[in-house]
Amino acid sequence: MTAHTTILPFRPRPERRRKLVSNGVLGMLLFVFVEVMLFAGFISAFVIIRSRAIGSVWPPPNQPRLPFEETAVNTAALIASGVLLLIAQRMHLRALAAAKAKLSRGSPASQPPPPSPLPASPGVALLLAAATLLGGTFVALQGVEWVALIREGLTLTSSTYGALFYTIIGAHALHAVVAIGVLVWAVAQLLRERLTGEAISTVALFWYFVVLVWPFLYIQVYL
Amino acid sequence: MSELAVDLTHGDAHHDDHADHGPQGWLKYLWSTDHKVIAMQYMFTGMFMALIGGFMAYVFRMQLAFPGIEVPGYFGSVSPGEYNALVTNHGTIMIFWVAMPVLLAAFGNYLIPLMVGADDMVFPKINRLSFQVFFVSTIVILASLVVEGGGFAGAWTAYPPLSADSTYNLTPLGSTLWLIGVGLEFVAFLLGGINFITTLMNSRAPGMRAFDVPIVVWMIVVASILFMLSVGPLLAGAIMLLFDQTLGTGFFNPATGGDPILWQHLFWFFGHPEVYVVLLPAMGVVIEIITTFARKKLFAYRTVIFTIVATGVLSFFVWAHHQFVAGIDPRMANIFTVTTLLISVPIAELCFIYIATLYRGSITLSTPMLWGLAFVAEFLIGGVTGIFLGAAGADIYFHDTYFVLAHFHYTFFPIAIIGTFAAFTYWFPKMFGKMMSERLGKWHFWFTIIPFNVIFIPLFVLGMGGQHRRIYNYQHFPELAGDGFQSMRIIATVALLVMLAAQFIFFYNCFRSWRAGAKASKNPWKANSLEWTTESPPPHGNWRPDRMPVVYRGPYEYSVPGREKDYWPQNEPK
Ligand code: HEM
Ligand SMILES: [Cu+2]
Repeated sequence: MTAHTTILPFRPRPERRRKLVSNGVLGMLLFVFVEVMLFAGFISAFVIIRSRAIGSVWPPPNQPRLPFEETAVNTAALIASGVLLLIAQRMHLRALAAAKAKLSRGSPASQPPPPSPLPASPGVALLLAAATLLGGTFVALQGVEWVALIREGLTLTSSTYGALFYTIIGAHALHAVVAIGVLVWAVAQLLRERLTGEAISTVALFWYFVVLVWPFLYIQVYL
Repeated sequence: MSELAVDLTHGDAHHDDHADHGPQGWLKYLWSTDHKVIAMQYMFTGMFMALIGGFMAYVFRMQLAFPGIEVPGYFGSVSPGEYNALVTNHGTIMIFWVAMPVLLAAFGNYLIPLMVGADDMVFPKINRLSFQVFFVSTIVILASLVVEGGGFAGAWTAYPPLSADSTYNLTPLGSTLWLIGVGLEFVAFLLGGINFITTLMNSRAPGMRAFDVPIVVWMIVVASILFMLSVGPLLAGAIMLLFDQTLGTGFFNPATGGDPILWQHLFWFFGHPEVYVVLLPAMGVVIEIITTFARKKLFAYRTVIFTIVATGVLSFFVWAHHQFVAGIDPRMANIFTVTTLLISVPIAELCFIYIATLYRGSITLSTPMLWGLAFVAEFLIGGVTGIFLGAAGADIYFHDTYFVLAHFHYTFFPIAIIGTFAAFTYWFPKMFGKMMSERLGKWHFWFTIIPFNVIFIPLFVLGMGGQHRRIYNYQHFPELAGDGFQSMRIIATVALLVMLAAQFIFFYNCFRSWRAGAKASKNPWKANSLEWTTESPPPHGNWRPDRMPVVYRGPYEYSVPGREKDYWPQNEPK
């Protein structure tokens, strides 16, 4: 039994550890991984079905083209919204840190700061609202685009091309709509002075996913 | 002084988390966010579904052994369509409504917070939502069996075109409900998985380092990661299949430029990792049991972790071994043969680790230990036969025969049934505060294990003899109708009857122990991990807020030389 004679190193009484990533952000990160795989599944389906196109003609000859140029405007709006949100998030986190530092200077270190209204600077509110609005613009423009395409004869059943387009882009639009709802909630929380750092980071992460997955879809599906 | 501060602040946090205790009385079980209650909900739903899946097996095995018989309890004989619906839903239910909810969701929920020393999951409300979605999915899948046209009958793998077009499958409602049920079930486990991973990352007791976490927790968490990484593409496929069924798109229909093989890729890209999703928790359970009842330190803790991570990575690169006869490129078949043979290396490694852990231990053959050892022995047969199937050349013959069927029952049965009984008998004292009867437990064990082998060994032979799966009456095929073959089918069915009957011993044992069993102490097995440091059953919040555990070492310090006791709980400073 010589293998067993190793003496365990003595460990002092442990302290509570600091979290590397807050619960909300970690949970959202995991959720986003699943979403990434969902869209990876869609994209691989798209690639496989495209590779089977008769005579390698894609899009199919009798189907309308997708408005690549108009959608570029749309894409720009979405990316701008992501950038604005990034700035808003950083500003808000900085404001929160500053407020916390100020509070703890006033009270003894051992005591946790009492719950108090969280800072809600007008700048952050404006940026958040602008990001939400740009996101709304993206969805609205897309709605207009869909109406036009349906008029031109591209539908779910007109071809696998149409089916893929509406399924994939529709799935993304659905995510965008939900995310906009969440952004509106964040604005409301901010105005009520309740938007924590964890909350804004969690919400923003979801929106970044919606923004960042879009260029891939755009290039794959529209080009 | 600092020690006190740690404990006090944690106590406060605890109370904030549980500010809403929810309704009282029986309602509390419907709306509870307590991880232990949710675990029980998952467990009992899963066991109920196991009874349904078992009943289905009884009905179609009766038809196979005695074609055309009026099956007692089934109100008549089995029609070909019903036969197909029974085998389809037997597979679906056993994998998605028994193995997953019991091993992953129930034990994951029960064990993770207790074993890492947390008062609950980090997102208790998402946890509750997870069970509620699962519950709805259960209702949907059960409803799909009784709607007009009958339940879906296109096999648990749901290959199009059969699954996509109701003019082929004749079950327009059944197949759509089946798909929706499975989809909802996936959503439920996603919500659960997010909780599992976040809780392990963020809620461990002070002092619990990565390599102090009991293996079963690691296994459940790695399984959740595998599930979450693999399920996305299948969800995408399921949405497309749903559209094919209901909106008339043609994703999987070659006539409209779609591709039926695409579904197979999306399904098996999920399907193979999925087998490890259920395997890993069972393997983890067995590790806890073997170390406890051999009173020995786990052999090569870190190797186990690295091995399961390697298995997890590899499991994403083997899926096409299910499609060797689907017309895939032979060069691709070669690649997938190699990866499949490779993945049996880490699995074999885990088996050696079990043996090395047992070697020269002081072994107690208690009921949980018997289940644990049986798991290793029986799973080995499943793993070894998988290697034959992984070789493309052999698989072209074996594919879709009873050899495959016997292979995966030698993997799934040890996992879903043996693993569950192992876990259940091991943690029963903790969950219900009572000891189970060892004598009844052993009767139940032997009357389950022996019939299990008698059922499935003949099926290997039948498969090698060329008997294909999913055929309702072999008397229609002269080369499969011979007496020798038929008597093997009868042996298998009779053994199944014995095994099903033996389950009454288990239920009786549960009921009797729960009512009148000896009271369980905090730590009846003298084990090390944290769940054994609290009451049996643990109170709401698991420990008193001011007594949350603190960890000093790993969970497998058994028979440490120079120590009086032969175990060393993780929370004892000395
Ligand atoms: C060493 C590990 C394993 C190897 C090499 C392996 C290999 C294979 C192969 C090549 C097939 C395809 C056979 C065919 O359809 O022609 C197969 C089928 C199957 N395996 Fe395994 N397997 C292994 C472990 C497992 C485990 C752990 C499980 C379950 C938890 C499992 C469950 C299944 C199932 C359900 C099928 C049949 C699917 C169907 O067609 O319905 N296998 N296995
Ligand atoms: Cu496989």
